[in-house]
Amino acid sequence: MNGPDVRLSRQRAMPVCLWRLPGAIVICLFMLCMAAEGRAAPPTEQALEAALGAIRAVDHEGRGNAAAGTAWNVVAAADVGALPRILAAMDGANPLAAGWLLAAVDQIVARHPRLDPDPLCAFLADTSHEPRARRLAFDLVAGIDGPRAEKLLAGLLDDPSVELRHDAVAQLMAQAEQAKSSGNTSLALEQFQTAFAAARDIAQVKDLAASIRGLGGEVDLPRHLGFLMNWQAIGPFDNTDGKGFAAEYPPERGVDLSATLAGQGGPVQWQVLATRDEFGMVDINPLYPPPAPADASRSAADAGGKEGLKEVVAYAVTSYDSPQGGPAELRLGTKNAWKIWLNGQLVFEREEYHRGMDVDQYRLPVTLQPGPNAILIKLCQDAQRKPWTTEWQFQLRVCDSIGTALPAGRQQAQVPPPAVENIR
Amino acid sequence: MNSFSLRCSLLTGLVWTSLVVASGAEEWPAFRGPNGSSLVPAGVLPVELSAATRKWSVSLPGRGLSGAVVVDGKVFVTASAGTSQDRLHLLCLDAQTGKLLWERRVWATGRTMCHSKTSVAAPTPCTDGSHIYALFSSNDVVCFDLQGRLCWLRGITHDYPNVSNSLGMASSPLVSGSTLVVPVENDSESYCLGLDTATGENRWRIDRPKGANWTSPVLAGPAVVALQSRGGIDAVRLADGAPQWSFSGGADTISSSCFFDRVLYVPSNGVTALEAVPNESKPREIWQSNRLAPGTASLVVAGDAVYCLNKADVLTAGERTTGERRWQLRLQGPFSATPVSDGQHLWAVNEAGLVQVVELGEKEGKIVATFDLGDEILASPAVADGAIYLRSNSRLHKLAR
Repeated sequence: MNGPDVRLSRQRAMPVCLWRLPGAIVICLFMLCMAAEGRAAPPTEQALEAALGAIRAVDHEGRGNAAAGTAWNVVAAADVGALPRILAAMDGANPLAAGWLLAAVDQIVARHPRLDPDPLCAFLADTSHEPRARRLAFDLVAGIDGPRAEKLLAGLLDDPSVELRHDAVAQLMAQAEQAKSSGNTSLALEQFQTAFAAARDIAQVKDLAASIRGLGGEVDLPRHLGFLMNWQAIGPFDNTDGKGFAAEYPPERGVDLSATLAGQGGPVQWQVLATRDEFGMVDINPLYPPPAPADASRSAADAGGKEGLKEVVAYAVTSYDSPQGGPAELRLGTKNAWKIWLNGQLVFEREEYHRGMDVDQYRLPVTLQPGPNAILIKLCQDAQRKPWTTEWQFQLRVCDSIGTALPAGRQQAQVPPPAVENIR
Repeated sequence: MNSFSLRCSLLTGLVWTSLVVASGAEEWPAFRGPNGSSLVPAGVLPVELSAATRKWSVSLPGRGLSGAVVVDGKVFVTASAGTSQDRLHLLCLDAQTGKLLWERRVWATGRTMCHSKTSVAAPTPCTDGSHIYALFSSNDVVCFDLQGRLCWLRGITHDYPNVSNSLGMASSPLVSGSTLVVPVENDSESYCLGLDTATGENRWRIDRPKGANWTSPVLAGPAVVALQSRGGIDAVRLADGAPQWSFSGGADTISSSCFFDRVLYVPSNGVTALEAVPNESKPREIWQSNRLAPGTASLVVAGDAVYCLNKADVLTAGERTTGERRWQLRLQGPFSATPVSDGQHLWAVNEAGLVQVVELGEKEGKIVATFDLGDEILASPAVADGAIYLRSNSRLHKLAR
């Protein structure tokens, strides 16, 4: 974090001896001064630091809220010169504290419609700051100097802020559309491809893929997004009355790809399950076609013409090779109840059926180990028979915190998953 | 009319008057207004609506289908914005002019995914007259005072990571005394919380049935709150969440109950009227009628009648004391918003923004006025000081004489 650029009013400065007092006392004294004067004076540097500290201390289940409520009034009374310091306080803050600070920034800005854009631009330029704080700085600049913000966007195509990158990509997409409209298709294609390489927003990625293909270009969506395409699956296991979600079937105790296990209807073995879907959709249903029902026409009608096993569980496993290891995100989309393990450790589980599905529906921060990483997913299907409940599928990608596919994800699509044993 | 009937009528009149008066004609403090009744004072709302009655219409900075609340001459409304809808807005507007008095934002800490028809700003905020409490589909809860000072903030999904719904959450919070009731029922980690209004800390947290649920809690007697779910109703004590009584006859998970004159009208097997019995764990079932069947919109109880809009857009009036059906009237739907009524008229707004004003008679209902707002309306209206506030995904409209 850079040093704070705090330019506070000294007119209401506290006596110097207050520097030695605990933060809470400083905040209370400051509030008393404010009340005595009948208006909110900008806080001293020490009062501001103490207040920011109190806000950053908020935690789960409302812990720290009482102190933060008092501190918020101190921060919100700050002068505009303190904005970079307040924005910097979002660096490393938990998401609750970041929200407190955002609301304080709103109050400060509302009192001062004319801001100096220079300190905010300097804050924006420092990519070590929290991405959302930098986005907020950009929005403030855009509010006072739109053309300057537009110019800044052109340099933010590879920004670590997803939202800044989104707007920069949108700007380039607009330029590409303009080039296309004026008949300069080679420039348009080049700009679309540059925008595609930078795009992390899924809607933009889809639009850009269509634009590039429309001009004869090629895109590799699984590679760009980092979807895992090659899996081994085993099932079905029983999920009658939803009990299979909690049941610990053998794959949860260790994966042996050569094993024969007792499934719902007899012995089951691991099978290759690869997808060619551009968004990495791995469909379990084709592996396990349901037996023909006695009244096939009625059953198909109930399910809207689709068929699939119900009240079942399947597992899918793959190996993800990470050269360096380190922080990553597993991003999952599924309509089925699920559990996911990384190298034998349960990452998360959710028992929700058929409420909707989207790319990046669940973002799961993990730490990869260098070399092979075993990813095991358990996917449960319930008893519902409506047409929208036949899906038994998932899509999973490995990326960084802004959605950039990690390098090994690009290799994964071309190599079969190695055998993974004893993942627990 | 015999003396017993006369006493009943007088009592009903007194209750009716006290509810409307107690509500304060100038305030609309929560989803479905004072007491969650959708009741408005008689004769204050214009029956004839036109472009001239549209006093103002302001653009909102984000999406939403939460209703507005009105207190102290201010209108409060929530919205969500950003590429992932993670910027949560609370706006305070001058009720007279529509001028923005202040706007504050926080970031969502929970999941913002939801069905395209709904939004992260789905629950309607509530107020106790000095503070505004806003809940979002991301299960973030904020408390601001009326001047826009942030008092506290909670991230319920931040605290309990499996509290979410991939379709979106929509239940509205309820405040009474020093407790804010926050319903976050869903398929996985399903709770109802009672938060301390001063700090946002848990006073209590109780497990709720696992299952998606979009209904809102209602006060069902002094310091008792009724929680509705697929299984029925659980009435719990406001102070500590302790169970008081329960009804296990099933209930809807979209349309909410309505409490009026000691009776809870529940969307259950049509509609079921329940009355709590002192020191009993089960309520008395007064009547049940499957000829009254609310769809998405919640029940309205006004005067001596119960009104519901069914899935076929038919407005049905039933006797409040017996459940007997009085009449039916087909309206132009579909409807998501719960109507409001003053007992003489009922204002129903369909999803296309067509306001239909129904004259409520003993024998029949009659559409006496319509007005096309020209904007999609899914949010239930707010009514205060003779004005009706209608919120779309992008605008807030005020209609008044």
